[in-house]
Amino acid sequence: MSALVKLEDVSKRYGDAIALYPTNLSVQSAKTTVLIGPSGCGKSTLLRLIIHLIEPDSGSIELNGKPVTPDNINALRRRIGYVIQEGGLFPHLTARANVLLMARHIGKSQEETQNRLLELSELTRFSENLLSRYPLELSGGQRQRVSLMRALMLSPELLLLDEPLGALDPLVRAKLQKDLKEIFMRLGQTVLFVTHDLAEAIYFADQIVLMNEGRIVQQGTITDLRERPADPFVSEFINAQRGVASV
Amino acid sequence: MNRIRKTGKQEPAESRDQESRSCRGGRVGRTGHTPATIVGILFSWFRDSSLVSWIPDFLLIFSCVPAFLIAPSPAAADVVIGSKKFTESYVLGEIAKRTLTDAGIPAEHRQGMGGTIILWEALRGGQIDAYPEYTGTIATEILKSDPSVSLDQIRDSLKEHGVDMTAPLGFNNTYALVMRRGEAQRLGIRTISDLQRYPEFKFGLTHEFLERQDGWRPLRQRYELPQQNVIGIDHALGYSALANGSIDVKDAYSTDAKIEQNDLVVLEDDLQFFPKYEAVFLFRPSTRADAIAAMRHLEGTLNETRMIRLNAEAERTKNYTRAAALYFDGRDGAPRRPYQNLGDSFPHKLARWTLRHLQLAGFSLLLSIIVGIPLGIVASRGGAVGHFILGFAGVVQTIPSLALLALLVPLPFFGISVRTAVAALFLYGLLPIVRNTATGLQDIPRTLRESAVALGLSPIARLWQVYLPMASRSILSGIKTSAVINIGTATLAALIGAGGLGEPIISGLNLNDHVTILEGAIPAAVLALLVQWCFDLLDRILIPKGLRL
Repeated sequence: MSALVKLEDVSKRYGDAIALYPTNLSVQSAKTTVLIGPSGCGKSTLLRLIIHLIEPDSGSIELNGKPVTPDNINALRRRIGYVIQEGGLFPHLTARANVLLMARHIGKSQEETQNRLLELSELTRFSENLLSRYPLELSGGQRQRVSLMRALMLSPELLLLDEPLGALDPLVRAKLQKDLKEIFMRLGQTVLFVTHDLAEAIYFADQIVLMNEGRIVQQGTITDLRERPADPFVSEFINAQRGVASV
Repeated sequence: MNRIRKTGKQEPAESRDQESRSCRGGRVGRTGHTPATIVGILFSWFRDSSLVSWIPDFLLIFSCVPAFLIAPSPAAADVVIGSKKFTESYVLGEIAKRTLTDAGIPAEHRQGMGGTIILWEALRGGQIDAYPEYTGTIATEILKSDPSVSLDQIRDSLKEHGVDMTAPLGFNNTYALVMRRGEAQRLGIRTISDLQRYPEFKFGLTHEFLERQDGWRPLRQRYELPQQNVIGIDHALGYSALANGSIDVKDAYSTDAKIEQNDLVVLEDDLQFFPKYEAVFLFRPSTRADAIAAMRHLEGTLNETRMIRLNAEAERTKNYTRAAALYFDGRDGAPRRPYQNLGDSFPHKLARWTLRHLQLAGFSLLLSIIVGIPLGIVASRGGAVGHFILGFAGVVQTIPSLALLALLVPLPFFGISVRTAVAALFLYGLLPIVRNTATGLQDIPRTLRESAVALGLSPIARLWQVYLPMASRSILSGIKTSAVINIGTATLAALIGAGGLGEPIISGLNLNDHVTILEGAIPAAVLALLVQWCFDLLDRILIPKGLRL
């Protein structure tokens, strides 16, 4: 099993506040790795560091064995899909234009992009008829499906999801969870998934990475975390969400 | 009569013939340009624009501007006569033009360009070849010397500046103090010295008279006048103020038609304070010799009575060409030519003013957009540069528009030209566009900015495809604000002879003629509303549909 993403001693601080202590992390190919932890634990920071929305103060980040630098980041970003909680769709563009934006920008052929679009709308179960709608004309769940299509458009090696289902109501959320998992399986996609919901983490994760106060506290399967907690916080976190996790 | 010789304020209404001619012919200063197509460009841009073509259209605008900036202007007349902004100067300018034309010399008259300094600089700068001036003004205002210098001394000094002068035309249009005839008789006031006995009198003096070296301050000293209640007031409005008793004494010119019309008396200058103001033409020695000879033919041909008659005719008919023609009617042998352009109908004039107005406002708006949006983009990034840009644009906005015009006129590149008006309007229109562009961009949610970055879009693609379209509503509303401001402020362009709907407004103000004021004010207001309405329509075309849901 190879590591697609490798972080070594990566840290980030904002003024006096340390967002991330020097951290090491490997994201395995074709697996879903879930970053979980309470608000402000540094999980989103870690994700944003990987796609270089923020620059690390120290350490190195490698994608597929190549260091990520400001020079190659824009090319690398095209091999990474990124979905955030609000979807991040551009309101002035239709669903279709949102999905095709990057493909058009790098000059992909009409035919190629059209085929890919149909493929994706089927994959994400997003009705083709809705493609000409604007984000404001879509429901929250539909928007996240479009956002996912946009992220997957260029067949990225890595998919980064930052609480993608956090703003959805429970029914829509459950349905999307199911669809997402199916999609990841079908594509053999490498996924780094951020959530604060343990049940969701368990549902998706091949590997769970639990974070607290800017540090990784423990990584492993849910069984590892339950039965061999690395410190009291692990048990505390899992017990706090037990009710939900057992549902 | 209305003679404000000096820098007159009175201004004629009908100046428009010529004025617009100079506009249309592109002879606006020696380097005129013809922004005639600007509005067309703007409108076709608006019309053709659609959601999809938003960006290409923008580029189009950028690309067509330089071509239009360098468009050459058609050559105009051989000799350009200037005049100041008051009736008598207009009439004299018309007389000179007619004289030259009759002699077969192509001539143009740029009416009412401004005050003394403006005309003097225009003459020295070669924007005009000749203009009517008064000896007293030359001595005190231009040469800054004693008003009592002789004509020969004046001529010699002028030569050092590369300017020549005709002999006097024959009348002396000096400053005078005037008051209501009835009151003067009742109180037995005949001379300026008599005013010493009435310290409670209110004086309403023109702004220029208040400041002139041969104006109010030395006059008060010489006559030891005790009055404290002295206000500055527009010349034409001063006559109304005098009539309704708001003031008791004002300054006037001895050939001013209004003195008789308003039943006023001129107070005798018993201490001979006021210098002589003999009318002459100043001209550039490089002017065609036959033109100089033709102007010299005017020497000694106009006495005060005659000038008053011409001024009265000009004020009555508001037609300077016709008034000037009276001069020729009275001369033996002078052929009577049919007047052209006399019956310029109101719709015609209105169309001309409006077109010019739109040109001024449209071109300056275009420049504001071209410069303002990039500045706004830079400013949106904050930092010292951003603060500087917003600060600068803000400061410009606080300068009164009139002052801004006045500041630009003395600069080498500007002077009395359409350029100056456009530059002032451009600076005025800048702030709303810069500020709205900056805030529009800053208001884009961070998550959406980051999404654009995370997708891997290049910085330029982010700007064009994401940020600017998302800020389009704010940017357009800034442009709309600028457009409406420009339509309003462009009325001031007439002050420096750039034409537009301000022409009738300023004429009307100077002549105290409300109808004329409204001829400009109403169309200007309607225009502002129309522009506002057009932009509202434009919003629907240019703001992406997804942002209007």
